[in-house]
Amino acid sequence: MSKSHAALAAEFTADENRTDWHDETLWWVRQKRDKAVQQIPEWEILRQWASAIKEHTLSKLDEYLAIFEREAISNGIKVHWANDATAHNEIILKIIKEHSISKIVKSKSMLTEECHLNEYLHQSGIEVIDTDLGERIVQFRGEPPSHIVLPAIHLKKEDVSETFHEHLGTEKGNNDPQYLTESARTHLREKFIQSELAITGVNFAIAETGGFVVCTNEGNADMGAHAAKIHIACMGIEKIIPKAEHLGVFTRMLARSATGQAITTYTSHFHRPRPGQEMHIVIVNNGRSRQLGREDFRNSLKCIRCAACFNTCPVYRRSGGHSYHTAVAGPIGSILNPNLDMKANADLPFASTLCGSCTNVCPVKINIHEQLWKWRQVIAEEGLVAPSKKMSMQVLGYILSKPSLYRLIGKTGRWVLRHMPLLVKFKSLNPWYKQREMPEAPSESFRDWYKKNRRS
Amino acid sequence: MSARNTIIETVAKNKPALIPLPEMDFSQFETPVDLFEAFSKQLLVVGGRLIEMNDESGLSQLIQQEKSAGVNIINRVTNMGEPDVVPENAAALHAVDKAYISGAFGVAENGAIWVWESAMGQRILPFICQQLVLVLRRKQLVANMHLAYNRINVQEEGFGVFIAGPSKTADIEQSLVIGAHGPKALSVIILH
Ligand code: SF4
Repeated sequence: MSKSHAALAAEFTADENRTDWHDETLWWVRQKRDKAVQQIPEWEILRQWASAIKEHTLSKLDEYLAIFEREAISNGIKVHWANDATAHNEIILKIIKEHSISKIVKSKSMLTEECHLNEYLHQSGIEVIDTDLGERIVQFRGEPPSHIVLPAIHLKKEDVSETFHEHLGTEKGNNDPQYLTESARTHLREKFIQSELAITGVNFAIAETGGFVVCTNEGNADMGAHAAKIHIACMGIEKIIPKAEHLGVFTRMLARSATGQAITTYTSHFHRPRPGQEMHIVIVNNGRSRQLGREDFRNSLKCIRCAACFNTCPVYRRSGGHSYHTAVAGPIGSILNPNLDMKANADLPFASTLCGSCTNVCPVKINIHEQLWKWRQVIAEEGLVAPSKKMSMQVLGYILSKPSLYRLIGKTGRWVLRHMPLLVKFKSLNPWYKQREMPEAPSESFRDWYKKNRRS
Repeated sequence: MSARNTIIETVAKNKPALIPLPEMDFSQFETPVDLFEAFSKQLLVVGGRLIEMNDESGLSQLIQQEKSAGVNIINRVTNMGEPDVVPENAAALHAVDKAYISGAFGVAENGAIWVWESAMGQRILPFICQQLVLVLRRKQLVANMHLAYNRINVQEEGFGVFIAGPSKTADIEQSLVIGAHGPKALSVIILH
């Protein structure tokens, strides 16, 4: 089996300065989100609506998919369906081969990462140029993105400078982000102009109108799609929203949650190919309908991929995106990935402190930390828990089923923490405390305090 | 069975019982008293520049001056006579310094401006030009995105876009750089 989250996280945290820097950078993004959100007094109403629109959509998803297909076709868009990742990749390869195309650009699409499209096409001798700056950087380095919104967030400008020096011939040691971005701009503009086919993701697909919306700050999705003769947009079935008016809710929330911007620079609405252009949509299932059938986890399909839950997560911030060994990292990835492959991703729901911060920031009100907790139970039942975690899981399960014992243990736990902190910190027993100080243990639990202090 | 039917049937089988759509009454949300002031503020936040003009004559003078100074300009603003024809080929547009395009309306809460394909001539124009100038009338403003979508029928044309500021990226150590792939500058000319 490939390395677990814990093992990969240990590699990442070995460089303490970098870990601190990563942690702080993402926390800064989280704070920008807070500032943006605080400026919208109706934020909680918007969350409620966003969540309800998505829940409604999931409850009629079969109908909306059919409506979307019908409308998209009448708009002159070619619609393809892929039940799994391989089918998705094959559809795209077929379009490429039919037109004997060799120059391909792609803007950010986590779905194509999930399907490993680039590797698949590479095996057929076809190269795809990723055009999002962060994605281009990690592509040069032969790495996957480490974050769904900020793909190169794990890298420092010195790393980027070195990578660009090697691949684009930029000045050695010039670490100026302005200079480096300008070099990438020149390099990628050439690729856009030459490109014959552009692949993009989809942020929202509107059933009622048969069109789709793509959001970027860089303008790379538009540069690709409007320059190339063929545009292929790839979407998971959960990207559907019923009506255009619902975009009013989601476009107010997406960028504010992601980076603290009021809106992305470009919010592009595609409804028909331009004259002489071919436009395709690939609608992908890849396990999503299975997740829809899991009552405890179905509402993870509401996700709009804003990454707010990543930026706030104490585990993500200190372990880095690559430690999740999947295309979508972070708290939401830890819910989505066990559905794709429970065995390979059995470690991920444990990569959380269950602090609930993810749930608090999620714009579509996904109960992320509760779902992580539920996955742990499912994984334990399937017998997939790693031995070190198994012990505590079994004990925990037993304790939780006996309320009085739970309270007693709580008391004991607080006693241990106060009187024998070194034991709790002992690395091999408790890996989470490797890189941090334990909090002061309260001398009484909330329940004890409440019992003593309540007035009745 | 086709992939389409497999997907739709599994979804139908696995979906939860019907959950109703929420009633959305966004008229309850507070909106700025002075839309122009709010829009101007947001435009600066997203990296745009505001230019106020009294009428089109000032604008056509400006464009004439720039053209005679050798700036490669495409002018798509229709109320100043025939708009320039835009070449289809992206390579031909690569050298365009400045494009003038009419915006349909602006959004006060985020500084975004809606632009229709018909105003662009070619879809790629507002993205490939080095500098973009969007032209708006002062009264063409709405408070927020709900009212923005109320105002348009998104499928009326094949393509339309909200543009908020010049293209940008922060992919290198979160340092904001203006001018990623698209325009390095966005000016908004407001006609009073
Ligand atoms: S789960 Fe919520 S917070 Fe996390 S990426 Fe999805 S929408 Fe954003």
